[in-house]
Amino acid sequence: MIDDSLWFRPPPRPSQTPVAPPRPLIGMVSLTIDGQSVEVAASSTILEACRSIGVEIPTLCYLENLTPVNVCRICVVEVTGARVLVPACSRRVEPGMEIQTDSPRVALARRMVMEFLASSVDLSTAPQALEYARRYGARPERHGAAIETVEQPVKIDNDLYVRDYAKCILCYKCVEACGTDAQNTFAIAVAGRGFDARISTEADVPLPDSACVYCGNCIGVCPTGALMFRSEFEMRESGTWDESRQSKTDTICSYCGVGCTLTLHVQENRIVKVTSPMDVEVTHGNLCIKGRFGFEFVHDDPKEESSPVG
Amino acid sequence: MDLHFQGPEASAEERAAVDGVLRDQPAHRDLLLPALHAAQDRFGWVTPGALDYICRRLSVPPAEAHGVVTFYHLLSLEPMPAAMTHVCDDIACRVQGAERLCDELARRLGPEGEGGWKRSPCLGLCERAPAAVVIRAGAAPSAFAVAPASAEAIATEPEEDFTAFRRSVPREGGRLLHRIGRVDPSSLSGYLESGGYAGLRRAIEIGPAAVIGEVSASKLMGRGGAAFPTGRKWEAVARASARPHYVICNADESEPGTFKDRVLMEGDPFAVVEGMTIAGLATGSERGFLYIRGEYPLALRRMAAAIESARAGGWLGRDLQGSGLSFDIEIRRGAGAYICGEETALFNSIEGKRGEPRNKPPFPSEAGVFGKPTLVNNVETLVNIPLILRLGGEAYAKIGTSASTGPKLFCVSGHVERPGVYEVDFGATLGELIAMAGGVTGGRRLRAVLLGGAAGVFVGPDQLAMPLTFEGTRAAAATLGSGVILAFDDSTDLGDILLRIAAFFRDESCGQCVPCRVGTVRQAELLHRLRSGCLIGDLATELALLREIGQVMRDASICGLGQTASSAVESALTALELLAGPEPRS
Ligand SMILES: Cc1cc2nc3c(=O)[nH]c(=O)nc-3n(C[C@H](O)[C@H](O)[C@H](O)COP(=O)(O)O)c2cc1C
Ligand code: SF4
Ligand code: SF4
Ligand code: SF4
Ligand code: FES
Ligand code: FES
Repeated sequence: MIDDSLWFRPPPRPSQTPVAPPRPLIGMVSLTIDGQSVEVAASSTILEACRSIGVEIPTLCYLENLTPVNVCRICVVEVTGARVLVPACSRRVEPGMEIQTDSPRVALARRMVMEFLASSVDLSTAPQALEYARRYGARPERHGAAIETVEQPVKIDNDLYVRDYAKCILCYKCVEACGTDAQNTFAIAVAGRGFDARISTEADVPLPDSACVYCGNCIGVCPTGALMFRSEFEMRESGTWDESRQSKTDTICSYCGVGCTLTLHVQENRIVKVTSPMDVEVTHGNLCIKGRFGFEFVHDDPKEESSPVG
Repeated sequence: MDLHFQGPEASAEERAAVDGVLRDQPAHRDLLLPALHAAQDRFGWVTPGALDYICRRLSVPPAEAHGVVTFYHLLSLEPMPAAMTHVCDDIACRVQGAERLCDELARRLGPEGEGGWKRSPCLGLCERAPAAVVIRAGAAPSAFAVAPASAEAIATEPEEDFTAFRRSVPREGGRLLHRIGRVDPSSLSGYLESGGYAGLRRAIEIGPAAVIGEVSASKLMGRGGAAFPTGRKWEAVARASARPHYVICNADESEPGTFKDRVLMEGDPFAVVEGMTIAGLATGSERGFLYIRGEYPLALRRMAAAIESARAGGWLGRDLQGSGLSFDIEIRRGAGAYICGEETALFNSIEGKRGEPRNKPPFPSEAGVFGKPTLVNNVETLVNIPLILRLGGEAYAKIGTSASTGPKLFCVSGHVERPGVYEVDFGATLGELIAMAGGVTGGRRLRAVLLGGAAGVFVGPDQLAMPLTFEGTRAAAATLGSGVILAFDDSTDLGDILLRIAAFFRDESCGQCVPCRVGTVRQAELLHRLRSGCLIGDLATELALLREIGQVMRDASICGLGQTASSAVESALTALELLAGPEPRS
């Protein structure tokens, strides 16, 4: 007879509390940034490595929640041995990299990028870009006045938000937010080519005829004010927009059970705009039409009714 | 994906045109460009009904499809005349009267666009300048090149006769050009009888590793412009662990002044097929793409016919010549975008996206088309492969100089007596090539040569002794680029040529990155100021600004287009001392 008692024997008691198998060690990489040694995870970008030691890198088309498109080129840095400058926002670190973030080539590139943008785009509602233009000494007037710009009439085709592409730096953020990075609606895309490239709906139709669902996530990521709440746009037009008199209050959206965090921007006791914090797990900055635009009911003086779209 | 379609319902005709290319293939996004071509070919423009139907069938968001159509110059979203003549007004054609031709067409046919004609960048027919390509839409669409073009000549399709190719290849013989104009390009047996497929036979015999060994030993460098060692590329793709692997033949040839790839495809298409097939076997790829520019109708027909015959003869498809190996080629037609010759833009174009270059790394050998390891080689590079296998890598490496091996094709055009494709062993000087082409037209004095195309540099007549090798041009701070030698005599208005080059980059920038999108426009504007004399500040200020525009484009642009967009302009100012004289030419 086969002694199969083995099968019934309990396993020996563990001599110590079982632990999960060790996680694979995340590889670390050492490199130097402006002469300073730094060690970061191998999966880091140059931007992350710089930030980890407090070296500031300007960015315009980069956002933590979006896939890097590396198109604005304001973030370029010099890597020893590389023929051209590299975009810090998307390039991954490599062992032994030597990075210069303030070499003359880097300074010239940043100054010219801002000079190009400032000479072709209306940056008046883009505080970050204006600050970079000042910081890097851009002098757009060197290119003269008789030059091509992206000037065009503002598109006002619905009650919720306006599109002023004369202010667009073509950072692709809105396209990404409307696409696979957040909304999956694909209402807008880049159309045309070269200097004539523009953000456009299908066949350039007005928003109400497009696939847009008015989540406003594109407004949330736009760095230039090209996409703007209709309420903000109108207050700016009439000269009543005043950020110094605005307060921001975080609350939870009351429409459904998801529980998105809303940041209410309030001026003179009226909500003038709604955003959501980028770093909140629930939303990553994204909302839907109700949370983003459905705030009129809060105001006690019922304004005249208007349909949300067009 | 919950897509929103709202275009007009497609008519039976629109559906038939689109279904004709999609057939029952799986509805993948990469069929977008072929489907758009089908609509354009049928109606002369991409009608709203056809576009909506394409989006539905391929599940492409309409806004993205709109973005793709508007990227390509050969696709139109507006109604256009069914027959459109694309008239080259680029460098080589300018010096042969392209502007006069445009003026005459405007007078006879009406304004550009509605008159059924349009200006175009270089059409790759520079040896027969001025050039035009006629594209006729309809139930039986047709397309043909007319060169030299005149207002009368564009009305009729020229007879096709392969011996006419001899005109484009003035010197007989050569290792790469020997069949052109002499062996019928539509005949597989003609190809076999003239030594064709000996390279592939040997490749099957010795196996992939040994093939890569031969290519590495040959020290062949890519002929597409970047001069990267071909063996290293093949090795990297062969070794990549992700599957499948792809081979792409880059036949987008749109660098102004370049026409060698067209001549190879029109005159010796089986050699291109053979080169691609060997590349497929060596890198473990079973699928190859030939990405050919949309303005090459004859090359397209010849390549399609050659692929068909090769398949029928057992030289493509499953179990090649009983070897157990498989390889097949699919043709993808470009639609009027120079940038799609940049390899990563080419991937996006094949995938049905806008032809915007990707940031590198990752390199194509790791993540190329469809995110898979991909080998991209130029047409001329691939045509050297059968030769390498026939001769052996070591023997091939003895041709030319030690750092530039093999035969090289040069596209000689402009003010020379016999423009055409010239084959020499590496080592010949610039002066020798110009002499081969019969010297400057009418015995005039040479003023300048544009080497390497619009992305290349100008050199003066003092540089005729420069050896046209990778090392020789590098030493002279010049470039071989795609093998362009465009000669200008002393009557040439070089300022006008510079403006055309600047306009080329402005028009062809994909628009993705700021340095190139805006820089190419600012550069063109500044050159116009120099020419008109309406300077901002003094000449020194303007020239300093021009150099800074050039530097940021070179340093901070994503791809080679922006990085070289200032090179010809800057070289003209330094090498030709264009503005050093008493006043800018006007
Ligand atoms: C703007 C631009 C246009 C290009 N156009 C072409 C082209 O038309 N044909 C080509 O073979 N390579 C072209 N290239 C180079 C390709 O990116 C790539 O380097 C080449 O196809 C590799 O082939 P090779 O190694 O055989 O030269 C272009 C590059 C740039 C930056
Ligand atoms: S509001 Fe939402 S759906 Fe509409 S364009 Fe913006 S991101 Fe897309
Ligand atoms: S509209 Fe705003 S987010 Fe969109 S590309 Fe322009 S600047 Fe960027
Ligand atoms: S350099 Fe020019 S062509 Fe290349 S990615 Fe940038 S904008 Fe596009
Ligand atoms: S932030 Fe890196 S390229 Fe825009
Ligand atoms: S065909 Fe006209 S310049 Fe090349």
